[in-house]
Amino acid sequence: MTDQISIAAPDAAALVVAYKRRMFQRVGLVFAAAALLSSLIVLDVITGPANLSFGRTLAVILDPSIASPKEDVIIWQLRLPIALMAVAVGAMLGVAGAEMQTILNNPLADPFTLGLSSAASFGAALAIVLGWSVVPGVGGLFVTVNAFLLAMITSGFLFLFTRLRGVTPEVMILVGIAMLFTFNALLAFLQYGASELQLAQLIFWQLGSLARASWAKVGVCFAVLLIVLPYFMSRSWALTALRMGEEKAAALGVNVSLLRMSVLAGVSLLSAVAVSFVGAVAFVGLVGPHIARMIVGEDQRGFLPLSALCGALIMSGTSIASKAITPGIVYPIGMITSLIGIPFFILLILGQRKRHWQ
Amino acid sequence: MTGLSANNLSFSYGARDVLENLSFQPLPKGKLTALIGPNAAGKSTLFRLISGLKKPQRGQIVLDGNNLADRSARKRLELICFMPQQFAANAALTVFDVVMMAHKHLRGWRVSDADMHTVGIALAQAGIGHLAEAYISELSGGQSQMVSVAQALIRHCDVYLFDEPTSALDLRHQLDVLMRIKTVMEQRNAIGVVALHDLNLAARYADHLILLGKGQILAQGTAQEVLRSPAITQVYKVDVEICNGPRKDLTVHAYAS
Repeated sequence: MTDQISIAAPDAAALVVAYKRRMFQRVGLVFAAAALLSSLIVLDVITGPANLSFGRTLAVILDPSIASPKEDVIIWQLRLPIALMAVAVGAMLGVAGAEMQTILNNPLADPFTLGLSSAASFGAALAIVLGWSVVPGVGGLFVTVNAFLLAMITSGFLFLFTRLRGVTPEVMILVGIAMLFTFNALLAFLQYGASELQLAQLIFWQLGSLARASWAKVGVCFAVLLIVLPYFMSRSWALTALRMGEEKAAALGVNVSLLRMSVLAGVSLLSAVAVSFVGAVAFVGLVGPHIARMIVGEDQRGFLPLSALCGALIMSGTSIASKAITPGIVYPIGMITSLIGIPFFILLILGQRKRHWQ
Repeated sequence: MTGLSANNLSFSYGARDVLENLSFQPLPKGKLTALIGPNAAGKSTLFRLISGLKKPQRGQIVLDGNNLADRSARKRLELICFMPQQFAANAALTVFDVVMMAHKHLRGWRVSDADMHTVGIALAQAGIGHLAEAYISELSGGQSQMVSVAQALIRHCDVYLFDEPTSALDLRHQLDVLMRIKTVMEQRNAIGVVALHDLNLAARYADHLILLGKGQILAQGTAQEVLRSPAITQVYKVDVEICNGPRKDLTVHAYAS
């Protein structure tokens, strides 16, 4: 077939060069984001009273044995768990949002819009207001455990829904939104009956805070990431194929319903752990993947790691901002993610104009 | 017995019977078969059954003497390539990305230089090299249809099923795409089946035709045999006049009856 188009078209070698250049850029961007994240972690640790220097802090992080007792307490016991918690939670929410958007084929899907965050808040409220523990005998962790279980139960419900015949991704989003409003209403009931002290505690929980971080929680977060991320990466082609449409993915050999269920299980775990540890943090799961998509596109091999990194960068930046806005006061992170996230998000959307998700 | 054939296939969506006791004789290798029939005749359903996306309630599909139901899902994917009807996909994926995905999906994570060259050549041959770095959300309907064809042809299978690959294409690209599919079928000695609405295109490019109406095969054979059969008038509910075209082909004229 010789026609004008194929004569005018760049030949195959040129196409390969262009693709390689883009792949190279993708890898470069992922590494650049990782490098930026590393310096944000150090910056997060030095932000706050104590006047730590960047170089010294980095040295102490890389080699704990040189730390003075004071540095050991401030850097290793107080601030590094918080800084790493921000990174882990940001990455979890970024990945959860990215894959929810992918499997539900909807740009608005994230742990918040699917009702998982509201469910977690309701679980926390049960603990704070009524003193109920869904699982007895967990001691002081019962707020976290309640939040986690309610989020998991909600995603279990969404999960069962996917098994029903004829349930489309659109229906699932609507069910998620129904969940959101249901739990908000239940939450309002509890708030109405709560004492002032309980109310303050509850609102503080909902606003989200990294202050509850500990090495154990950081460990749990990274363990969950280590389980879920490699699985998602191994399904890269299938997840990319899903964005071409369900039937096309199926024709390429993707078992769409199985993929959807297994990925939903993964994102549920990610978001339930994240939200139960730090509270209902909005917008990270939504904005992180959108930024990643605009930068590297939706080939999952680049999209997935960059979504994690973008989420982590946003949370890490938020952690720094929460301490830097008013020295001496640590603002709840949930407030800041929304405040920074929304205008930034609108700017990105407007800048991008019509493209994907039309 | 070589070729692809069906014996007494029946399929229904719930209470709605789509295919009933459908059978066809082996479709030839290295040739293009046109599957024609009016809307809702069951063309897409037949493709879904052959590709294994749906299971027939009764009957068998046989490829080279083997019942396809006995093959694993994976083997079936390697044997049969199905290109569904194109719907717009608005993903932030480039044309190169999606053809690469079709090429790599069953073969592992890592993209080698050889993979990239295969995709580059496929795009250049399909005449969409200039679109390689465009996002699929920016393509016209016709362009994305050409990308779909490229996604199908990059796979090496024994059977290719194309569901209306030319419906959004302009005249010249319709001819280009069908000629290309036909050539590739000859080169690979593969069985090509193309669902078409345009009977003139079917007459011109297909070596073999099957006419599907009301869930059954009503005629099978050469363009002469199928297009001149009374079944055409019956299923399409139009008066059809078949003429000999200027280049030893047939032209079809349809009139509302």
